[in-house]
Amino acid sequence: MASIETAAASPPDPFIPQIYRVDSVRRELGDTVTLELMPLAGKRPEFQPGQFNMLYLPGVGEVAISISGSKVESTGFVHTIRAAGAVSAALTRLEAGAKIGLRGPFGTGWPVAAAEGSDVVIVAGGLGMAPLRPAVYDILANRGRYGRVAVLSGSRSPNDILYRPELEQWRRRLDLDITVTVDNADVDWRGNVGVVPTLVPRAVLNPQNAMAMLCGPEVMMRFTANALRDAGIPANRIYLSMERNMKCAIGLCGHCQFGPEFICKDGPVMPYDRIAPILTIREI
Amino acid sequence: MEGLERILRQQRFFAEFPAEQSALIAGCARNHRFAAGQYLFHEGETANEFFLIRHGHVALEIAVPARAPFMFSTLGEGEIVGAAWLIPPYRWTIDARAVETTLALGISATCLREKCEADHHLGYEMMKRFLPVLVNQIHAAQLQILDVYGKH
Repeated sequence: MASIETAAASPPDPFIPQIYRVDSVRRELGDTVTLELMPLAGKRPEFQPGQFNMLYLPGVGEVAISISGSKVESTGFVHTIRAAGAVSAALTRLEAGAKIGLRGPFGTGWPVAAAEGSDVVIVAGGLGMAPLRPAVYDILANRGRYGRVAVLSGSRSPNDILYRPELEQWRRRLDLDITVTVDNADVDWRGNVGVVPTLVPRAVLNPQNAMAMLCGPEVMMRFTANALRDAGIPANRIYLSMERNMKCAIGLCGHCQFGPEFICKDGPVMPYDRIAPILTIREI
Repeated sequence: MEGLERILRQQRFFAEFPAEQSALIAGCARNHRFAAGQYLFHEGETANEFFLIRHGHVALEIAVPARAPFMFSTLGEGEIVGAAWLIPPYRWTIDARAVETTLALGISATCLREKCEADHHLGYEMMKRFLPVLVNQIHAAQLQILDVYGKH
């Protein structure tokens, strides 16, 4: 029989949600909110930028949501959630004080440490900035360890730009290149119009010593990865955050199978050279 | 003329043209300065000049009745504005508006078409450079049509 001490030191059962309280709710866009979640007991587990948690609402269901906050600025987990299905829609309706279940963190993270000494190109589309934001925080916390850092952000329209105040704040920094584009706009918009891959040639200055991190709709990532390859960044230095329907989150159930990989444990962050042959297979 | 040729050769689009061809193109070029909000051209007008942006931004738009114009692309430094000058009947199908003060090289289409007809090597070099611009614009438009950020 395990002693109390050894039981306390064991990692929690990955299938059993821990209870978290919604500490704050911030509406980002019409259908998108950011929740800050605090554990009811104990400390928040450590996490790597790019990892995800399974958020559970009793009676509704469970859904995989990327971590989108800072490791140091919050003692809890920060998640940005868009109302897409039944569970995510219910999560966006939560108010401060509500309690939910949380399993995690799971999956692979962005190669933030491996990118030290390199230029970094971060490309986000739509809600894709949410999983990338913790990587940006880590890079900014150790800014001197990186070369040129460029953040490219694409959205549907000016009204759909996620974390717009923060992007504007980053843009004021002199050590970060922020470029925002939208797919369409009316004449009041003074910024870029066009799809994200068109920004890539202007963002990549030293391709052999650059690392790229991409997150967004899969089609957008495919085209952007092609543009990054065309700009000269080696395929093994381009990382994508993949998305599939995740259930168990530990590589057992097979719901998130992606060719020979399971997105929940082999991903979500994966190097392009490993998954490029699978990306264009329609059945997958 | 020497100044325009030097400016032309500084631009990535024209950088690798042989010197004699650069001189031919520069003979069709002139400098422009567009104020913010000023139109480079309008839909329906004859495409008798295309532009290479030296500084600033240009928005490509389509006017929609009873609505604000639909802006579908912006172009910046080093990019080419306009391809309709290549294809008969040489008429613009969109509007192009300077988003901010914009400096551009304008290349007379009539002048350049005549030189390309007379010198097919020059014409081939021009086509080699314009075709990727057109293909990239088509790819971008295809991705835009997908509306990848919408709810599907």
